[in-house]
Amino acid sequence: MSIKEQVITIIAEQAVLEPSDVSEDSTLEDLGIDSLGLVESIFAIEEAFDISVPFNANEPEQSDFDISSVASIIKGIEQLVAEQKK
Amino acid sequence: MTRAMNRVVITGAGTINALGASVPATLEAMREGRCGIGELEFQDVDRLAIKIGGQVKGYDAETRFNRQQLALYDRFTQFTLIAAREALAQSGLVFSGDLAATSGVILGNSGGGMTTLDANYRTVYEDGKNRVHPFVVPKLMNNAAASHVSMEFNLKGPSFTVATACASSNHAMAQAFNMVRSGMSKAMVTGGSESMLCFGGVKAWEGLRVMSKDACRPFSANRNGMVQGEGAAIFVFEDYEHAKARGADILAEVAGFAMSSDASDIVMPSKQGAARAISGALRDAGINADQVGYINAHGTGTAANDKTECAAVADVFGAHADQLMISSTKAMHGHLIGGTGAVELLACIMALRDGVIAPTIGYEEADPECALDVVPNEAREAKVDYVLSNAFAFGGLNAVLALKRA
Repeated sequence: MSIKEQVITIIAEQAVLEPSDVSEDSTLEDLGIDSLGLVESIFAIEEAFDISVPFNANEPEQSDFDISSVASIIKGIEQLVAEQKK
Repeated sequence: MTRAMNRVVITGAGTINALGASVPATLEAMREGRCGIGELEFQDVDRLAIKIGGQVKGYDAETRFNRQQLALYDRFTQFTLIAAREALAQSGLVFSGDLAATSGVILGNSGGGMTTLDANYRTVYEDGKNRVHPFVVPKLMNNAAASHVSMEFNLKGPSFTVATACASSNHAMAQAFNMVRSGMSKAMVTGGSESMLCFGGVKAWEGLRVMSKDACRPFSANRNGMVQGEGAAIFVFEDYEHAKARGADILAEVAGFAMSSDASDIVMPSKQGAARAISGALRDAGINADQVGYINAHGTGTAANDKTECAAVADVFGAHADQLMISSTKAMHGHLIGGTGAVELLACIMALRDGVIAPTIGYEEADPECALDVVPNEAREAKVDYVLSNAFAFGGLNAVLALKRA
């Protein structure tokens, strides 16, 4: 599975949807994922890729990690995997 | 609604926390706006992302307790006893006969003996040992501190521990207040303590991603989370007539309290739940909103708490919200979770007794969502007649106390 497919699978599981129902342009809010769901998804992603995601729930918009859409999350994870798995 | 029967006053206070090992030392630090938050020091701290906290430093348990006591006292119990000794000494009360039979101890605590748990899990899981010290259970149970206080001071009346996360101490002190107000007890020992600053304790909090890596900056637009603290504060709540008859020094009067539950979310606070507790405390104390001069805020420095708390205060106080002062002392001593309301009550007593309002330090940028007088960075002299102390816990459990100048 590609990084993209794995991230979508994790987000879909959190949203209780089929991966095919998670489009890349949707926001977490569109998918019904709240702040706790987000923190849980990030934990699952960190575990799946053995990376550390810089995310503080108090300042999500100031974090280097862009959570504005599924696509931006995938892009962020691809970058972090590339950086941290050298 | 319950009508007050007996007036309740505070005749003793004690503490140990990151700002100092006594009430005078702590109040001096609060007046100076000193920060007790620093680098954490304990085993495996290098494996944490969050490396700061309001830790009690320069503390040597062996100078305070003997070997047999230390085998039974977790750090949160040690802190409780140190604070209780100071409070009881100041009150001058000695418990015997009928007074002992009806007086008890009600404490707030959330994590129990977490450093004991952490150390013993390390023993069995990491070190692979199959044996732990025989006193692990009596040491880690979260009523241990209350029980040891009852034993040391001969308190034979109603005694228990209240666990409502960050509101534990306020809920506990409210119960003690009720015991004295209702006439069931002439005096109660109350307050709370916490000591979660160990690898497992902080690692668990890291998971929620609400902790700051650099500082606690309540109400400041650039705030980025909470910082944990540890310690205890203990008080003697006493029937006013009883205190007066023996010529006790009265630090402040407890005027009323209210509790509410949000019944909505396990971590996100609710403005309505907070507002109901605040307005309920005013009603219970029989005072109008414009009589309140100062509020010791819950003020955790998280995005969620601070704006919700300010909105609740604005709702309850209306135009008077712009007249009153509200500060969070957590920026100085950290968030003591189950013990926090107790340490924060010291700032309330200082406001009433000394006319000094403790500041919100670390305040750097105004936040339009927290547009109240948060007493930024420097303490202020002001005469106040009534103060409130807010506590809003994870799980949506709220408790607000109202105090009056003696």
